[in-house]
Amino acid sequence: MTSIAMAADASVGRRRWPTHIVVFLAPAFLVYTLFSIYPLIDTIRLSLYGADETGQQSFIGIGNFVTLLTDPNWSKPFWNAFRNNLIFFAIHMVVQTSIGLALAALLSLPRLKGAGVYRTLLFMPTMLSVVIIGFIWQLILSPLWGISKGFLAALGLGSLFAPWLGQEGTALITVSLISVWQFVGIPMILIYAALINIPDDLIDAATVDGAPPFYVFWVIRLPLVYPTLGVVSILTFVGNFNAFDLIYAMKGAQAGPNGATDILGTFFYRTFFGYQLQAGNPTMGAAVATMMLFIIMVGVLFYLFGVQRKLQHHLA
Amino acid sequence: MPMVNRRVNVNRIAVHAALIFYTLIATFPIALVLINSMKSRSAIFGDPVALPTPSTFDLIGYQQVLEKADFVLYFGNSIVVTTVSLLLVLIAGAMAAWALGEYRFKGNTLVALYMAIGIMVPIRLGTVSILKMIVGMGLINTLTALILVYTAMGLPLAILILGEFMAQIPRDLREAARCDGVSEYRIFTAVILPLIRPAVATVAVFTMVPIWNDLWFPLILASGDGKQTITLGAQQFIGQYVTNWNAVLAALSLAIAPILILYVVFSRHLVRGLTMGAVK
Repeated sequence: MTSIAMAADASVGRRRWPTHIVVFLAPAFLVYTLFSIYPLIDTIRLSLYGADETGQQSFIGIGNFVTLLTDPNWSKPFWNAFRNNLIFFAIHMVVQTSIGLALAALLSLPRLKGAGVYRTLLFMPTMLSVVIIGFIWQLILSPLWGISKGFLAALGLGSLFAPWLGQEGTALITVSLISVWQFVGIPMILIYAALINIPDDLIDAATVDGAPPFYVFWVIRLPLVYPTLGVVSILTFVGNFNAFDLIYAMKGAQAGPNGATDILGTFFYRTFFGYQLQAGNPTMGAAVATMMLFIIMVGVLFYLFGVQRKLQHHLA
Repeated sequence: MPMVNRRVNVNRIAVHAALIFYTLIATFPIALVLINSMKSRSAIFGDPVALPTPSTFDLIGYQQVLEKADFVLYFGNSIVVTTVSLLLVLIAGAMAAWALGEYRFKGNTLVALYMAIGIMVPIRLGTVSILKMIVGMGLINTLTALILVYTAMGLPLAILILGEFMAQIPRDLREAARCDGVSEYRIFTAVILPLIRPAVATVAVFTMVPIWNDLWFPLILASGDGKQTITLGAQQFIGQYVTNWNAVLAALSLAIAPILILYVVFSRHLVRGLTMGAVK
């Protein structure tokens, strides 16, 4: 890019900011600034304001954050949502990444018949709306319909069936696994793309030397996709800490039972719009959004300066 | 030698068994809903995994959905929002990617980094302020509001993908044009735009699917007045008729059918686009 840009500099870019550059950049820059960057900055600003009964807003500094973290009415649901979100993320990292990796490893085997068909079908749930997926699984797990109960019974495990979505102890795990079921296609396809880009001679050389397939996978192919696993992790992190649709569709804004499936996205929605008797609170909502932004930024920076740098070092 | 062959065959069978097993897990719930949406109520509960037979075949669910909710209208809304946003993302994105990749100017890197923030930071977190702004502009409950937000949301990744793609276009083409005294605008529209057509599929996947499936912004910016998208419309309908299993199953099927059909038709394109995007 630099050499191209330098050459362009010599040929066209004598004047600074010639009109055509402005014309090319302006539409994207304006729409993006107005509807993406400005709202984010304005949300941070709003989080420093409070509102009285009349809706009049006034500057209160970090008051909202103090309330959010110290007032038990706020801090309890906030930390509950944060903890649930961490569990939600952990389940994705462990289950989704390992299944995605396993599927990608199988799909990328040389001369695998029907690889295209598998790929298409395995990626299918990822294309569908989270909302629809939520409802589908709600029906399947419903004791009313009895599909899952029937299946377990057919396997002789009928006694294991329980209304998993309705129980406090199992609801969050169930919802997380449904999300994993839907999004496993993303790590699968990213890792798959990385695996098929490994030069064949590397693997051939090892195979000719008599290395067993599992050894070839663990020692040669896996380390070469570490950077992709890094990308998968950060995408999962940002997606999970921003999730909302699935919980809202399956459990409503209350994220029941008793807040067991409440994550930061649903907590933000309730704070902003209110629910039942509690009125919506835009400035407090802005404070929750700012906290989420902060958490996501910490994750992204940790990835950029911690994980990615280490990976580059490791590969070099 | 036969020993080795037999072991290879056994391994291959195990690989296919594992893949088929997981493929069933991935597709069974979807198939279950499609199958049962075409059955009578007693058959849905009597034998959920059976295919509809002449005696159990029943489209009552679809009838009820089309009577009670304006699914055709919701489809129209979704199609308008998704295609207009995609067009805007493609045009504005290609122009910006071209400017950032082709010309060296003061602040080039800074602008490129600025445009990339949106790849990692979800625009959803700015909702409090977006709602305030949309209300101020009098755009609440309009498709325009959704289109503006989705365009802003789709641009960062589109600029990245299109930029990577444009970098591969040979320099001679534009230099030759420049020597002939062709204007920069004309080079972009006549030389560059036709050449980036293959990247359009990739951008389309990354832009259209999240927009079509989104619940958050339709819920907040356009939840009434017949401006619901299909995702929100289905969500509202199912919430209201939750005990009417025929209608719920039909609504779910109607909401996923267009994406499923498009996906199966274009799946080669889509997966190739995704892998290309991943490899960069």
